[in-house]
Amino acid sequence: MFQPTAYAKPLPVPDPESTPFWDGMREGHLMLQRSSAGEYLFPPVTFSPGSLERPEWVEASGKGTVFSWIVVRHPVPRDVYADEVPYVVALIALEEGCRMTGNLVDIAPEDVRAGMPVEIVYNRVTPEITLPAFRPAKG
Amino acid sequence: MYKLRDKYAIAGIGNTEYSKFSGRTVRSLATEACLKAIEDAGLTVGDIDGIVSFNFNDSAPAIGVATEMGIENAGYAVDYAAGGNGANLITLAATAAIEAGLAKNVVCFRAMNGRSGFRLGGGRDMSAYGVTQYTAPLGWITYPQAMAMWARRHMIDYGTTEEHWAEIATTFRANAVRNERAMQRTPMSKDDYYNSRFIVDPFRMYDICLESDGACAVVITAAEHARDLRHKPVYIMGGAYGGGPTQGDDLFDAIRWPSHSHNCFKYLAHDLWGSAGIGPKDVDVAEIYDCFTYSVLMALEGLGFCKEGEGGPFVMDGRIAPGGELPLNTHGGLLSEAYIHGFNHVTEAVEQLRGTAGVRQVEGAEIALTTAGAMTCGSAMILRN
Repeated sequence: MFQPTAYAKPLPVPDPESTPFWDGMREGHLMLQRSSAGEYLFPPVTFSPGSLERPEWVEASGKGTVFSWIVVRHPVPRDVYADEVPYVVALIALEEGCRMTGNLVDIAPEDVRAGMPVEIVYNRVTPEITLPAFRPAKG
Repeated sequence: MYKLRDKYAIAGIGNTEYSKFSGRTVRSLATEACLKAIEDAGLTVGDIDGIVSFNFNDSAPAIGVATEMGIENAGYAVDYAAGGNGANLITLAATAAIEAGLAKNVVCFRAMNGRSGFRLGGGRDMSAYGVTQYTAPLGWITYPQAMAMWARRHMIDYGTTEEHWAEIATTFRANAVRNERAMQRTPMSKDDYYNSRFIVDPFRMYDICLESDGACAVVITAAEHARDLRHKPVYIMGGAYGGGPTQGDDLFDAIRWPSHSHNCFKYLAHDLWGSAGIGPKDVDVAEIYDCFTYSVLMALEGLGFCKEGEGGPFVMDGRIAPGGELPLNTHGGLLSEAYIHGFNHVTEAVEQLRGTAGVRQVEGAEIALTTAGAMTCGSAMILRN
């Protein structure tokens, strides 16, 4: 039977590598992988680089700075994003040392600057999925 | 490193009309381009025994095109699953196949209904698997959106400006105005560029390549054979394909890049120049993969035409225009001629080296560079007459 869904944007499909990340998101924790050498990894992987070692999952601070960003003004697909533009997608340099992706919220696109401190926001879009977003850091 | 310097040559080229709506199957487009290339070489279908192409599940299989052409013995028929990075890969693969005795005369093509059919920039499945689960749900979906992220970082790190993008876009448009094949022949000033709307900051509409229906093809054969054919051979001096570490799952996996210097051309430059035995200063004309204005800087910097971060200033002051030190994209490129996934760069380079480019001709062009791809992996080739 056809099930209407309220959420029309793309949704992540968690896999064995990413499930701990998405579980953490849903519970309000930013979970990252760390190799035995102390290197933080994003996106998640099964093995630490160059080895058969399994990286451990640790909770990260959720703090970082803006490495780069785009402002999407032309919606693609149009029917999905027409009401969303303009919106900002950023690469965030986390203080743990790796980069991750997220939307930038609580800031006008014109005010975004490289290197500005940001902190994570948990953007709950469905009961199962919470997406990472970032906002200007307080204080 | 590629070891077949000057042993193989491009003997024929062919292309269809480039349009927004071909009204035809991709297989028919491919067949037309291939048959024209074979005729241009002075060969017949019966001489062809190899066929190679690349596609993103948006084309006709090589063996299907061979069938429609009536090739009786396509002993070497290969389809590479590749993006724009494949354009020079397939030509190099063709020479390797001939060298190995798998074929004698190989036709290489790219065909697509890239505007009326499957649009590469048109978005993705709403279920985001693999690396796209960290990108698409954020609304980071299309190639222009992907590349804009690194274009912004280039501006942050090096002070690259929109004037640099404007110079590239308007130079290539001026070239397209002189090219009867080009889809976009309306003259464009820098004001026109600045007044075009933002698609995804920092890219405006004119920073982004066209979407096109069409096909082009080349015929590759041994150099000694090519010398007996219709046209002056265009020799393949060298080439390379690569991407270095951390190429990732796809274009979006540049999340893991340490910096701009990680772009594919840094990693293939040594083998490209080494295989051809020349350097950047020897190139007379270059057809650079310009899916976006910014991708031109990636190739120029990665291949050593200028230092990392100096691509913006390098393209200014007429240096890349006709008559400049390094004329680029004499046909108008992907930005203004057509987007045949970089394969139209190869056919234009051949015309330049044959000296048959008409009003677009770079005087005395003897050595040409073609590049394909931009970010995580790419390919490049050096041709001479």
